[in-house]
Amino acid sequence: MSTNPVLEAARPATRAVPAGRPFRLREWLEREAVFSWLMLTPPLLFLLAFLGYPFCYGVYLSFVKRPVAQPATFVGLGNFVNLWNDAIFWQAVWNTFRFTAAATVLKLVGGLGMALVMHQNFKLKGMTRALLLLPFIVPTVLSTVAWQWIFDPGMGMFNRLLMFFDLVKQNQGPSWLGNPTLAMVSVILVNTWRGLPFFGITILAGLQTIPDELMESATIDGAGTWARFRYVTLPLLMPVIFIVTTFSIIFTFFDFQLVYVLTGGGPANATHLMATYAYSVGMSSGQLGMGSAAALAMVPVLGVVLLMMSSYVRRA
Amino acid sequence: MAAALSPVRRTAAVVVHRATILFFIAFAIFPFYWMVVTSFKQNADLYVGATNVAHNPFLFNIPPTLDHLRILFGQTLYLTWLRNTLFVGLVVVGITLLLAVPAGYSLARLTGRWGERLSIGIFMTYLVPSTLLFIPFSRLVSLMQLQNSLWSLVLIYPTFTVPFCTWLLMGFFKSLPREVEESAMVDGCSRVGAIWRMVLPLSVPGLLTVVIFALTLVIQEFVYSLTFISSVQRMTVSVGVPVALVRGDVYYWGSLMAACLITSIPIAVVYNFFLDRFIAGFTVGAIK
Repeated sequence: MSTNPVLEAARPATRAVPAGRPFRLREWLEREAVFSWLMLTPPLLFLLAFLGYPFCYGVYLSFVKRPVAQPATFVGLGNFVNLWNDAIFWQAVWNTFRFTAAATVLKLVGGLGMALVMHQNFKLKGMTRALLLLPFIVPTVLSTVAWQWIFDPGMGMFNRLLMFFDLVKQNQGPSWLGNPTLAMVSVILVNTWRGLPFFGITILAGLQTIPDELMESATIDGAGTWARFRYVTLPLLMPVIFIVTTFSIIFTFFDFQLVYVLTGGGPANATHLMATYAYSVGMSSGQLGMGSAAALAMVPVLGVVLLMMSSYVRRA
Repeated sequence: MAAALSPVRRTAAVVVHRATILFFIAFAIFPFYWMVVTSFKQNADLYVGATNVAHNPFLFNIPPTLDHLRILFGQTLYLTWLRNTLFVGLVVVGITLLLAVPAGYSLARLTGRWGERLSIGIFMTYLVPSTLLFIPFSRLVSLMQLQNSLWSLVLIYPTFTVPFCTWLLMGFFKSLPREVEESAMVDGCSRVGAIWRMVLPLSVPGLLTVVIFALTLVIQEFVYSLTFISSVQRMTVSVGVPVALVRGDVYYWGSLMAACLITSIPIAVVYNFFLDRFIAGFTVGAIK
């Protein structure tokens, strides 16, 4: 940071009010710390009002029973007990964990691979990067609509491909979004497709900060390609990998739009995530209290990930 | 001699490398190919999957058409949705700049424990997912009589644009030395004057990045828009296209894909220019 001694000395006006002079509001406001806090107040108040208050209100809602257009009655832990006894809720929980785990592993492994091949020099590298990024850039909802069309059993791209190569007979292609197992696979595939570039490009940015000299000296010491990757590249990449993975875990775990647009949670709740389940309970069937409880059930995971992240950021 | 590969092995390595890259490219863009083909195909060429095995679905078997575009612009509310999105986007960008520029500057200049804690805290609020808050928000929006109004989105979207943009701006302001505003203040400027005349003109690239990202976050947003807006005329693009362009049981795939394509192209082009800044801002602290 800037610690130019000459300038430090030349800014008494921005420091404490010199002794012996009367207090002046203007000078006080010009002090760096005072000014900064003053500037920070409106955004902090805004975030408190628009994130803190709704969150507390959500906690309150989870303790009441509140059918649409009727007064609320306090039910204590009733909503949570109902959730606990709800098989669909547990299916949504299980789905969410499966979905998050599978998609994160795929994105991480694929992204690492993408970063490694992109780290070499080749022709049209800039254009390649732009193309690889497309899935991440295009609004998720819109690309998901396209995927819905790709998965279409009769005329979608996948089944037309299978038909084209005579792998399935006419109209006998798999029902990608209609079969419970395949639907989950499809949802994971689309999430991976979308998130892969985020991992790839961010890890690539990390790769580019590793000095060449390190690689060269490792080579001179006799390290082969694998040893260089395992003992030089990977340890140096860990901070980036950690950040990108925690980020992705949060956004995958709380994903809503992908499943809502692609399957609506079906078939038979096979792809319901906790977020889509909370929406269907809270909004579609109008049970605000139970919906809030279902949304709050996701908080422990968020808390754990945020804690991990903040302790890591502070250490770095 | 271990380091020098034989020519054969070197060629093999290059082939494997190129093949891997081609695989990644194909995986990334094949949905877009399907999107483009569908957008410009005549219906007679589009909906033949079940009847004709000899038909090649990946090419234009009969000449392409602009019919789907005509339907999209002439007979759907697509343009209204675009206008709604743009309106929300511009107002939200304004609010975001108003809150995030002072906050980003202050966090960049506040040293010490509290400055650091606050900046991490603000970054964390960006990670609070919208799926956690949409139910209480829906109640609050109706208490404020804003249900089915674009103003509800204007009010709530800054909850994710402000933290994100504050974090990005903080990075930019940190890269400007303190001397920039201090020399102006020695010359008699007030701090606000110094920021306005010296710091902001130097941060135009950063401000532009923030504008672009706030806009794309608004265009992307789905959950809140779906929850608060019920009438078709007031929808944003991200909700209107998947929810209201689909009529009954028949999918208008041509127009749907055209809508996806046309909305995506400008975003993709602009985004690419600003991506490096985004990554730099995002990995602040992770890469030393």
